[in-house]
Amino acid sequence: MASNEEILAGLAEIVNEETGLAPEAVELDKSFTDDLDIDSISMMTIVVNAEEKFGVRIPDEEVKNLKTVGDAVDFIAKAQA
Amino acid sequence: MRQSQLREHSRILGYGAYRPDVTVTNEDVCQWIESSDEWIRQRTGIVTRHRAGADTSLLDMAEGAARDAMAKAGIEASQLGAVIVSTVTHPHATPSAAAALADRIGATPAPAFDISAACAGYCYGVAQGDALVRSGTVEYVLVVGAEKLSDFIDNTERTISFLLGDGAGAVVIGPSDTPGIGPSVWGSDGSKWDVISMTHPLTNIRQLSLAAEAAGSLSAAAAEVGDQDHKLWPTLRQDGQSVFRWAVWEMAKVARRALDAAGVEPEDLAAFVPHQANMRIIDEMVKQLKLPENVVVARDIADAGNTSAASIPLATHRLLQENPELSGGLSLQIGFGAGLVFGAQVVVLP
Repeated sequence: MASNEEILAGLAEIVNEETGLAPEAVELDKSFTDDLDIDSISMMTIVVNAEEKFGVRIPDEEVKNLKTVGDAVDFIAKAQA
Repeated sequence: MRQSQLREHSRILGYGAYRPDVTVTNEDVCQWIESSDEWIRQRTGIVTRHRAGADTSLLDMAEGAARDAMAKAGIEASQLGAVIVSTVTHPHATPSAAAALADRIGATPAPAFDISAACAGYCYGVAQGDALVRSGTVEYVLVVGAEKLSDFIDNTERTISFLLGDGAGAVVIGPSDTPGIGPSVWGSDGSKWDVISMTHPLTNIRQLSLAAEAAGSLSAAAAEVGDQDHKLWPTLRQDGQSVFRWAVWEMAKVARRALDAAGVEPEDLAAFVPHQANMRIIDEMVKQLKLPENVVVARDIADAGNTSAASIPLATHRLLQENPELSGGLSLQIGFGAGLVFGAQVVVLP
């Protein structure tokens, strides 16, 4: 099980691979759409890669609630618990 | 009693295409929805889509593709043992588009029927055609994927309409001395029935017209049933995010199963022809399947848009025109869409 810091680092890596954004730009309070300019299709790619990396299931209907990077970290941490 | 004599192999003998002549650009689309050429290109890879005018019917397009495929295959209509049309936009619940098409091309009295499997419809048709030929039931089968999706869209909605185009593609399948169509990997998942669907059933139109008769006016009846917009005609909608996820990650598994079933490795392929739904889906599938760079990937969607059941034969027809050296090579084709349904097989290109 990963700590929140490890989840954030892992997510940042996934976001970097999908969008080319610098990993350090991926901060907890950043909105995926407004701050990081990630579109809905890229978001799905990130979600699927996160599922694989962290061994969790993120249902389609849950993706809409993951507005910020922090939302995603919290969801993954809870799902892993 | 006797049963039909089995045949060992079948193959696709020729591809045909019909592309309607109205070109709809992204600028045109932006008159109907708030968007931009750049946004549409980036999200979908679509630059134009072809649509049929009011004077071009689904059957006109199906006939054009069918005649082209028969000419390429060197098969006369009288030799056809069956005519199959895959479509979700034939505007009659009955009779079928296939029966009318068989008559138009001179294939009567060949058995004729439609398949309703949306964007997987062509691969479903190939599965049927292959089975009919190898079972010895018939010698030659015409399989057509034809769609006039522009009849079932609402240009002002933004989940799917701007992706869609019209067109028809066709193949003739017949006996072969060598393996030509790999095992079909196909299926459905009706639990996701509403992920891509029509806004409402056709029976609503009947209800509303009956109510209109009783109320004396259409607008009064529409107000009564809460249909203020008078959007009587059902049109397509999708949940794009869910579809994207399913199309890429679930369908990559299906594509791999089709390769395994045929005993083919990715590096044995000459071409990959996925359903032309969205360039981002195509790109991600190529990545998931780890296809070598020499495999030619069909990207007809950039010009043609998503033409549902017609997309795979249209895209393959174009690949063969632009890359004649692909003839004799292996192509992995996979269709997936509303149902949800999917179908995939490896085929030898004629």
